[in-house]
Amino acid sequence: MSRLRFWFLLPARVWLIFLFAFPLAIVCAYSLLERGTYGGVELPWTLENYQRLFDPLYGVIFLRSFGLALAATAICLLLAFPLALFISRAGPRKNLYLHLVILPFWTSFLVRTYAWLFLLRDTGLLNTLLQKMKLISQPLPLLYNDGAVLLGLVYGFLPFMVLPLYATLERLDPVLLEAAADLGARPWTVFYRVIVPLAGPGIWAGSALVFIPCLGAYLTPDLLGGGKTVMIGNLVQNQFTTARDWPFGAAASLALMALAAGLLAVFMRSRSREFL
Amino acid sequence: MAAVLELRELSQQYPGHRALNGVSLEIPQGSFYSLLGPSGCGKTTTLRLIAGFEEPTSGEVRLGGVCVNGRPPYERNVSTVFQSYALFPHMTVEGNVEFGLRQQGASEPAASVARILELMELSGKQKRYPAELSGGERQRVALARSLVLAPQLLLLDEPLAALDPKLRKQMRHELKELQRRVGITFLFVTHDQEEALAMSDSIAVMNHGRIEQVGSPEDVYLRPATRFVAGFLGAVNWIDGIGLRPEVTGIARQAPAGAVSRAATVVHSTFLGNCIQVMARLDSGEQAVAELARGNGAFHTGEAVHLYWKPADEMRFP
Repeated sequence: MSRLRFWFLLPARVWLIFLFAFPLAIVCAYSLLERGTYGGVELPWTLENYQRLFDPLYGVIFLRSFGLALAATAICLLLAFPLALFISRAGPRKNLYLHLVILPFWTSFLVRTYAWLFLLRDTGLLNTLLQKMKLISQPLPLLYNDGAVLLGLVYGFLPFMVLPLYATLERLDPVLLEAAADLGARPWTVFYRVIVPLAGPGIWAGSALVFIPCLGAYLTPDLLGGGKTVMIGNLVQNQFTTARDWPFGAAASLALMALAAGLLAVFMRSRSREFL
Repeated sequence: MAAVLELRELSQQYPGHRALNGVSLEIPQGSFYSLLGPSGCGKTTTLRLIAGFEEPTSGEVRLGGVCVNGRPPYERNVSTVFQSYALFPHMTVEGNVEFGLRQQGASEPAASVARILELMELSGKQKRYPAELSGGERQRVALARSLVLAPQLLLLDEPLAALDPKLRKQMRHELKELQRRVGITFLFVTHDQEEALAMSDSIAVMNHGRIEQVGSPEDVYLRPATRFVAGFLGAVNWIDGIGLRPEVTGIARQAPAGAVSRAATVVHSTFLGNCIQVMARLDSGEQAVAELARGNGAFHTGEAVHLYWKPADEMRFP
């Protein structure tokens, strides 16, 4: 029995050790070293990289990432809740709608983000259309700003909010809604006193699934923010490529990881306090 | 007595299935009224139409003399105890009971909640969640949650079905007693004829979306209007087209004078503890069961006997 257990667990253990623990250890070590002249790292050990993170210049980036991730999560929640509720009550059409939600995953995220580029740029579909309709004379600045990044994040992560919400709403016993109406609750009261609280686990799960990857988003701000809207992910990437400051990049990525882990812990705690 | 609820020619058509077919009835104020019938007879549909979860295809629901067709559930002064109780799992006992009062904007919900919890013997469980309660306690919370609103009419959808048999029997008496004390009209839906007989002032027996008979428990059991009612309310021996309950069917070796009797042969005899059931085959080929008290002597398979009964106990149908 225990032998079987050992062999079955072995691939997962090897995987975790070599592809997770080991690289993470390297990142930790790098973050405590000094930058080499041509990239790479050099001794001696130092904490200076972490001290630099408190520079207001980087503080702004962390705050902006946090704000954008929070806004994207909130917008996803507002958009996904009615959608998930609708799908959960769509009867035999449920599966069709769920497939439509998952459909974008069949194409690369990169391609889909580029598609937004073509839609939003000055000579893109939207601006051309509006100009042809004589609604605007100059193209609208739709791209390369916080708004475009936010749009991209919401677009990219919406399914991660819809699916867990759907999973909890689908299990919601419709009799409870009838009982609430029977006890005199109007539809709006039924919504916020019964549906929303019972969807709590889905709200938390969806928010964690959207917020955490948004916080570390790299591709979306890079393409749709055009380098003007820098998030933590772009900062890390910059340090490893253009700036050739590997130790600082490692420190920044660990800070991001700590932030995400800390927030996840808060999520988990608030979930464990919920009703049985 | 004024009718608290009146149904007029209520019909409900689902795609490919007529659930209700012209149901009319009047429920007097303050009574314990049962809708009795097999599953699929339309009794739950009737309840849903009264509560307002569904609208009838045709016909009227009148509460206190006013037609409430088209009114949503939250504008009808009736309350439902669901078969599954439908307690809100994220609210405590107190929260569940308070829910309806808050919707009404009650001035002192806490006092009303405390009073009803006391009545339902739930004091001390205010802070418990439904998942922490026993089946019987959940049922009492469901009752408390509805009764605290003092509705014109309380609808109970097989509320005893989820309880274990022993508790179910005990609850019959308690429910009846509760109804008498609070004075609220109960409309009780069940498929269990014993339950309906034990608790009701009046019983409406339903079958295939229609009402077969309305009457007191004695009426429907002793004077059933149709063969269906006779058969649904208890065992029936059919002899020459006449219905006889087993407990009024006698069995003897000699045909007694002054009674109707038929010659028969014992098929088998079953000891049931409180009584003995003897099944006999008549010369006509029909089988009948006679239920006799213990100590009336044993009957053996193959023995020639006579089944007899009083003409007054015959149930005749057109």
